[in-house]
Parts: sequence; C-alpha cells; structure tokens
Amino acid sequence: MLVQSAVFYFFATVLVLSALAMITVRNPVHAVLFLVLAFFTSAAIWLLLEAEFLGITLVLVYVGAVMVLFLFVVMMLDINLARMRAGFARYLPVGLLVGAAMAAEMIVILNTPAFDRPRPEPKAPDHSNTQELGELLFTEYVYPFELAGVILLVAIVAAITLTLRRRERAKSQRPSKQVRVDKKDRVRLVSMDSE
Amino acid sequence: MTEWWIELTSPVPHVLLVSAYMLVFMLVLIGCVAYVTFAERKVLGFMQVRVGPNRVGPRGLGQPIADAFKLMFKEMILPRDADRFLFRVAPLLSMTPALAAWAVIPFSENLRFADINAGLLYILAMTSLGVYGVIIAGWASNSKYALLGSLRSAAQIVAYEIAMGFALVGVLMASGSLRLGDIVGAQQGSVLNWYWLPLLPLFLTYLISGVAETNRAPFDVVEGESEIVAGFHVEYSGMGFAVFFLAEYANIILISGLTALLFLGGWLSPLEGIVPESVLHVPYLGPVLASGPHWFVAKTCFFIFCFLWFRATFPRYRYDQIMRLGWKVLLPLTLVWIFVEGVLLYFELPPWFD
Repeated sequence: MLVQSAVFYFFATVLVLSALAMITVRNPVHAVLFLVLAFFTSAAIWLLLEAEFLGITLVLVYVGAVMVLFLFVVMMLDINLARMRAGFARYLPVGLLVGAAMAAEMIVILNTPAFDRPRPEPKAPDHSNTQELGELLFTEYVYPFELAGVILLVAIVAAITLTLRRRERAKSQRPSKQVRVDKKDRVRLVSMDSE
Repeated sequence: MTEWWIELTSPVPHVLLVSAYMLVFMLVLIGCVAYVTFAERKVLGFMQVRVGPNRVGPRGLGQPIADAFKLMFKEMILPRDADRFLFRVAPLLSMTPALAAWAVIPFSENLRFADINAGLLYILAMTSLGVYGVIIAGWASNSKYALLGSLRSAAQIVAYEIAMGFALVGVLMASGSLRLGDIVGAQQGSVLNWYWLPLLPLFLTYLISGVAETNRAPFDVVEGESEIVAGFHVEYSGMGFAVFFLAEYANIILISGLTALLFLGGWLSPLEGIVPESVLHVPYLGPVLASGPHWFVAKTCFFIFCFLWFRATFPRYRYDQIMRLGWKVLLPLTLVWIFVEGVLLYFELPPWFD
C-alpha cells in the first residue's frame, strides 16, 4: 500500500508540475511537450487505479496520435511573443473568473453522492479490464456508444467538407491510369530512310 | 527500523533482481542491434556483388565495435540557436520506446518479463511513441532540412499507424485476447494454423506498415538523402547520430519480432502437426525441432533479413505515393478484411476459427 502511495505521489507531483509548466512556459513547442508529459503521467495514475485499458489507450490515442498532429501544427507557427503578451493584463480578470467558476463547478460536482463511493476491492491479477469494458460498451451502453460514433463521423464529414475545395488548375496523377499505360500511348515508331 | 521503512523497502530485492535481468537483456539486445547494422552492410554488399566490411577482425566482425568507438570519441556538435535540451534528448526518445516494448514480448511459454493482459495495446502505445524522437530532433536542430524530414515523418507515421492498428485488430479478433502469450497459443496446430494464412492481407499490411513505421527503404523519405540530405538527423554527429542509427535497427528487430509473434506463431515449431509426435521426443534432435524460443529467434531473423532485402531491392517511393498507399490502399484493405474475418468468425469456419 505504502509503495503504491509513494508511486502515486510521485506521478501526481509530476502531473501537477507539468500541467503548470504547460501554461507558463513561453515556447509553444515546449508547452505541447509538457502537455504530453501530463498525459503520460495521468496514464500512469490510471494504471495505478487498475484501469489499464484506459491508461494505455490514453497514451496510444492522445500521446501517440493527437499530440503528434498538434506538435506538427505548433512547430510551423511563428509566434510573436511580445504581441501575444500585450493583452495579458487586460484579459487576466476574465481568465481568473473563468478559472474560479470551473474550480467551483468541479468542487460542487465531485461532492455529489455519485462520486462518494467506497473504495473498490483490488481485482485478481488475471482480471481483464478490457474485456469488462467491452462487454459493458456493447451491451448496456451500446446505443450511447453507437451514437458517439455517429457524432464523430458527422464531425469528420463536416471538417472535410469545410476544408475540401477543388482548385481549377490543380494537376494530379491517376496511378490507376498510369499503370494501365500501353506502349502505343507513349511511343510512336517512325520508319525513315537512312541519310 | 520503523515499520513504514520496512514496508517501503521490502519489494527492493525483487525490483533489483528484475532490473538486473533487464540490464543483461538490454545489453544483449543492443549487441544484436550493433550486429544487425553489420548484417545490413554484409547483405547489401552481397546483393550488390561486393564484399562489404571485411577489414576489422576476422571477416570484418569487429566492424560494429570499431564504429561505436569512433562515434563515441567524436564531438557532438550543437547547431547555432538549437534547442539545447531537446536536441540532446531527442535520440533517447527514439531509442527508449523500442527497448521498452520488449518488456511484454514472450520468447516462449514461460520466458518473458511481464505477462500483462493488455500486452498488444501496450506494444501499440510504445511503438506510437517512437515518432517523438524524430519530430523533436527535426524541430530542435533549427535546420530546414531537419524540419522537413520531421514533418514528413509525422504525416507518414500517423498514416501507417492506423493501418497497423487495424491489422492488430484483426489479430485480436481471431485470437480473442490482447495477451501476447494467448495470441501465440491460439495459433497452435501446424504452419497452416498460424495467422499468416487466414489473415494474409492483414499480415502483408502489417509488414508494409512496419517498414514505413521504421522509416526504412522504400519508405525512407524521412531521411531521403537525395532530397533533404539526411532528414531529421542531418545536424547530429557523434553519439547523437549513433543513437538514432541504433534506434532504427532496434525498431527493425522489434517489428520483426512482433510480426513473428502475431502472424507466424512466435515460438511454435513449424513441424508441429506435420511430422509424427514421436519425432519431437528424439533425444538431442527433438528439442531443436519442437517449439521453443529458438524458433521465435529464427523467425525474427528472417523478417530482419526481409527488411535488408527490401532496402536492396526497391527504389524509394515518392512522397504523395506513400500517402496514397497508406490511406487509399492499405486502410481500405484492412477494413474489408476485418469485415470478412467477422463473417468467418460468425460462421466458425474451420480450421482457423472453430
């Protein structure tokens, strides 16, 4: 138990510090990397809670894919730090207000009876978290699960239609046509008298 | 001693023992990585009708060690305006995931470090982390060639990881488990029961995506000597370059090992179910022919050879064709085969899915 607590406090400290660093460092690429660290440590905390499927999926989806694309975009930004900080004092009260409201909401919600549960018994080592989640998702929660999938699909379609545009003079190759090309399409044999 | 101290230190001997095993394994693995680089130069040499390295030691076998020494004593140059910390950390970020993934890889039924029941997910998560080393190296070098290389790498790895993930979905559908030991166990029978046959399109997709994930020829636009010099590691010298170089080969060994486990039955012997059972109990010869870690190593070596073979054979893909292959060919192929596999599983088609 004590070892678990020690590990938990270690990861919790890293998590809080990296989250703080993420919003305070100046360089946007460093900020993204601190966010990656925050995701990684929270995945470790989920592993401590025996939620190995969620923990590993957090690393796989957020760290391995979403943040890579994020980094991809942020790396290409040319951010003018002086201009970014110009409105800092002006927006600070609003920011503090939003932050306080969010903290208050969290406190209220986490104190409701829904979160006031006894600590679950530790599971046997061969207990499969993945299988249990899967069974719940495809039986009890199958409609919400499918609905979430459809909503995501709609979001993808919307994002693609918003960004897709056909440019008039854009040239592209058709690999299917290229591989079907024949000798007579490309080469013209001419018989000439020798000179 | 107070009680909490005893409680806190009681797992220490166990942790130390496991760490010692890990350390020995890492050293062996890094030794293997060094000799894969040697194998690559020899194999490429023979395929191009040359001799390959043959000066250092008998038959050139000392070459990787000489190379390592040379790189260790070279200066690591820091480019102007480079990000000092990230520039130094990037090679490690590409090396560690490739090593960390070995924690769950089983060599035989009992020979493994950790037997976790989400093993396949863990592997997928670890291999998806390797891209950070490349991206960070490209950005931290403050060089346009390096940045171009890392942008190409990010796009390529995200594209092929999806196809790779779907190929693994097929494997876990067939085996019904995420635990690597169970996946190999589900392939028991004969060579025809291994997943390469019922999941042939997924097997090929996985192998191709694996080559793309490790940025190897013919998918090596990330390095692309003819276009962007050496891509993401153009600014690296000395040990920094050496670690990137080793990470590439460590990833090759990892992907080869995974392909052997997931599609070629891991430690299972190909003779099982073909030769009579009594042959496998012959003294001396029997243990060699029966299932065991040596089969896993042999299959892994075969795939490593394939990686080298591909490099000697195929010309580099053009960038847009890499994207086309990933998104428009491999991804639909895996989706279709997962559907077909679902149907086969539903009808419990023998001999694979009964």
